[in-house]
Parts: sequence; C-alpha cells; structure tokens
Amino acid sequence: MEPFFSTYVWPVVVIVAQSLLLLVILLIAIAYILLADRKIWAAVQIRRGPNVVGPWGLLQSFADLIKFVLKEPVIPAAANKGVFLLAPLVTCTLALAAWAVIPVNAKWVIADINVGVLYIFAISSLMVYGVIMAGWASNSKYPFLAALRSAAQMVSYEVSIGFVFITVLLCAGSLNLSRIVEAQDGSLGLFSWYWLRLLPMFVVFFVSALAETNRPPFDLVEAESELVAGFMVEYGSTPYMMFMLGEYVAIATMCAMGTILFLGGWLPPVPYPPFTWIPGVIWFTLKALFLFFLFAMAKAIVPRYRYDQLMRLGWKVFLPWSLAMVAIVAAVLQYGPAVLAAVR
Amino acid sequence: MVVQALFFYLFAGICVASAFMVIAARNPVHSVLYLILAFVNAAGLFVMMGAEFLAMILVVVYVGAVAVLFLFVVMMLDVDFASLRQGVLQYLPIGALIGGIFLAELLLVVGAWTIGPGVPKAVAAPIPAGTSNTEAIGLVLYTRYAYFFEAAGFILLVAMVGAIVLTLQHRARVRRQDIARQVARTPAQAVELRRVRPGQGLGGSA
Repeated sequence: MEPFFSTYVWPVVVIVAQSLLLLVILLIAIAYILLADRKIWAAVQIRRGPNVVGPWGLLQSFADLIKFVLKEPVIPAAANKGVFLLAPLVTCTLALAAWAVIPVNAKWVIADINVGVLYIFAISSLMVYGVIMAGWASNSKYPFLAALRSAAQMVSYEVSIGFVFITVLLCAGSLNLSRIVEAQDGSLGLFSWYWLRLLPMFVVFFVSALAETNRPPFDLVEAESELVAGFMVEYGSTPYMMFMLGEYVAIATMCAMGTILFLGGWLPPVPYPPFTWIPGVIWFTLKALFLFFLFAMAKAIVPRYRYDQLMRLGWKVFLPWSLAMVAIVAAVLQYGPAVLAAVR
Repeated sequence: MVVQALFFYLFAGICVASAFMVIAARNPVHSVLYLILAFVNAAGLFVMMGAEFLAMILVVVYVGAVAVLFLFVVMMLDVDFASLRQGVLQYLPIGALIGGIFLAELLLVVGAWTIGPGVPKAVAAPIPAGTSNTEAIGLVLYTRYAYFFEAAGFILLVAMVGAIVLTLQHRARVRRQDIARQVARTPAQAVELRRVRPGQGLGGSA
C-alpha cells in the first residue's frame, strides 16, 4: 500500500493542488486584466471607465460575473443544443489547459514537458473549434458568417505564429519552454533576450497574436457594425461569460508566450543585485502585464482592419517574411561561427 | 502500471467509440466532431507510447488544419440525409472489402511480432540514449530519410499548385488595393487646392 500511495496518490494530490492554485490566481488575474483593459481603453478616450462597483471600480469584474451567472441561459429553439453548449466549454477549457506548460519561474511549472511550444501551438490551433462550433450550432446567419471568417483568420495567422516559434526554437535549440528561457540568460541582461536578436519576429509575433486572439484591430469575429456580435450573437449569461473568459485567458496566454519567447521569462532585466533578489515570478508578471498593456493600447488606438487587408497581411506579408527569417536565422546559426572564424 | 493501463483503455476506448460514431452519427457535422475526438484520443495514445512529438503534430496538423477544412466543407454543403441513407446498401460491399483488407493488414502487422521475433528489432529503431524524442525524429528524418521527406514535400507542393491553378481566374476590371502606392502617395499628389470664387463655381466643367 505504501508504494501505491507514494507513486500514485501523492503526485496526483500535488498536481491537483498546483493546478487549482494556478487556476485561482489566473482567474483573479483575468478579472483584473479585464478591468485594466476597459480602464486603459477609457483613459485613451478620456473617459472614466467602470468606476462604480467598489473603490475605483475594482470589483466590476466580479459584479459582471454574478450578473452573468444569475441570468437565465437562453438556447435558441433551432440551435443544435449539444454543440451549442459544448462550444463555450471547449473555448474555456482549452484556454485554461494551455497554462499547464507555462513556466512562471524557474521550475514553477505544472508540466515541464519536452514539447511545450508544440503543446501551446496545438492548443491554440484547437481554439478555432469553439468559434466554429458556436457559429454553426447557433443556426443563424450572422454567427455562421462570423465563424467562417474567424476560422479562416485564426488558421491563417497560425501559420506565421508557427514560423515565429520555429525561429525562436532554432536559437534556443529546445522545444521546452523552460529551456528557451534559460537560453536567453546572458550577461547583457535584457539585451541578451531574443526580442533584440529577433526583433522582426517579435513584431510579427505581436501582430499575429492580436489576430490569433481576435483582438482589435483584427476583431472581425465580432465586428459589431457588420455582424452584430459575431459568433456570440445567440449566447447569453454563463455560456457567453465562458467565451469571454476563454478569450481573455487566451490573451493572457499569448502575453505569457511573448514573455517566454522574447522577453526572457522570469529573468531579471539586469543580471546583478538588487534585481536578482526579486523573485522571478514578479519579473514574469511585470513583463506579461507590459505586453498586455500593448494589447490594450492597440485596441484603443488602431482602427479595425478590413477583411481582405487582414488576409493580405497574413498571407502576403507575414508568411513570406517569416519564412525568409526562418531560412536566415538557420543559415546564421549554421554558418555564422565558421564565417566569423574565417574573418578573424 | 495500473494507471498506465487505465489511461490506455480510456484513450483507446474513447477513440474506438468515437470512430464508430463517425460513421453512425446522423448529422455529418457531428461526424466530423467525433472524428476530431478520435484524433485527439489517438494523440493521447501517442503520448503514452512516449512519442510526444508525433502526438502534438497529429493535433496541430490533423485537428488544427485538416479537420477544420473538413468541417468547413461539411457545413457549407447541403447534405441530403435521405439520399445518403439509400446509398448505404449500394456501397456496403466495397466498404466491407476495404475494411476486410485493412483488418488483414493489421493482423499481419501484429502477427509479425509474434511470428518472427527478429522483425520488431529491425522495424523499431530504438531512440539513442540521451536524445529526446523530437531530436531522434529530426536526426533520422533529415539524414536517412531525407529524400523521402523531400518527396513528401514535393507531393504536397504539387497538390497546392494544382489547386491554385484550378481555382485561380484572372478577372479583368477588378479594383485591387495597392497598399505600396497608397503609402507612397504625397499630399501634393492627393490634394489639389483651388480658389473658388462665390457664385462662379470651378468654371468650365459646368
């Protein structure tokens, strides 16, 4: 009985406890980045934003949560009920599942798997199903059109995100997210992170992440002026909330991925005391929040793209560019040392 | 081992059940969704075998891209269920034949392990110690099987070129946006300032 306990029961208890801790912290963080998103948007437009519930509106997200949960869920009579309810669940679960492999500090990761980057990529390619299923199951014109649009959009930008991942992997020499962060550890501090060496790819990653998470200026999924509210038209109460939650968790995941791939994860920007005394998780959070601030500013500043412009950007600009960068980065890594030695 | 067996039967059971539902479901969209479930469970089985790279690639390629296209096509087509039902008996012999061939091949593959003990050693090259699964695949794919890998890439390229040739049509009089020209435009080219006298308009054109 004793080995059974130590091999099976105890690890399961530990993993469940870690996952719960991460999920609770993540969900509270989501509640506040949602508020921050609205506040930043309001500040850019010289409004106050939500400021009624709690001091400075700090409890707004929780009030919204209670409102959504207490509302009556309405399922259209012509909808395909099973798929209709499955879609928000898929979106929400997948978005949260991505966080299993994200290291927030050295060794602070629930599953330190060898193919972490591919796992994230797989999860983000599955996210499209929540949208398609919702659009189809609603059995209505606008959701269906929005779902087709957004599926095409997400699939297109996945291609360029994939190539961005490949360039980072080539530099780091590993698919493990923790190894990728460790590969960026250098004596130059923030200048040895990949954002400087792979600056063009960082730009491609940021814009593709906006498109992949359906954020403005690429929020053609919602495009309320054309498609009412996109694939979520028929949704209300808790299912709608799960879509919103999944969307914001996906945004947080993209910010975390940007932090890990390009901004050195949990590493301090200056590799000397007193910066090294601050725990890595704080650096990680600060960097992820910085990226989220950029996301929010993009939403506030940039007008929405037209659909053909979006497709042009994805296929005719980002795809050739990132493909060329993969070849260039690989060539530099392969022949760079030899060329340098020959020059000397 | 108990937990491993438990998860194996969980994944395998769901995989077989959803594969059956692919052909049994009434709604073709449900069929595709069951197909996706089968793919994901097959990926779970790959992970259990220690082939995590293959598992992730299976999810990315088949679930993330191929099945999305399936779903698109199935959703766009207006499938008539009644006529599909009628065709079942007609196609049953061919389907049964293909199924039988698959079954025979699978039995041969599995049987080879028990009949010839030397066969699995030749087939399954073990992963060299100290390298991860991903590295091991890369090492054989780009050295020993480089030509096959390139050939597979060429086949896909040919398919892509063919699809583009079939669907591309150059229509005249389509107004396209030339972003480079728009960006390069200066105020001098875009705006013309005219002094308009009251009551006379721009003159000439009226």
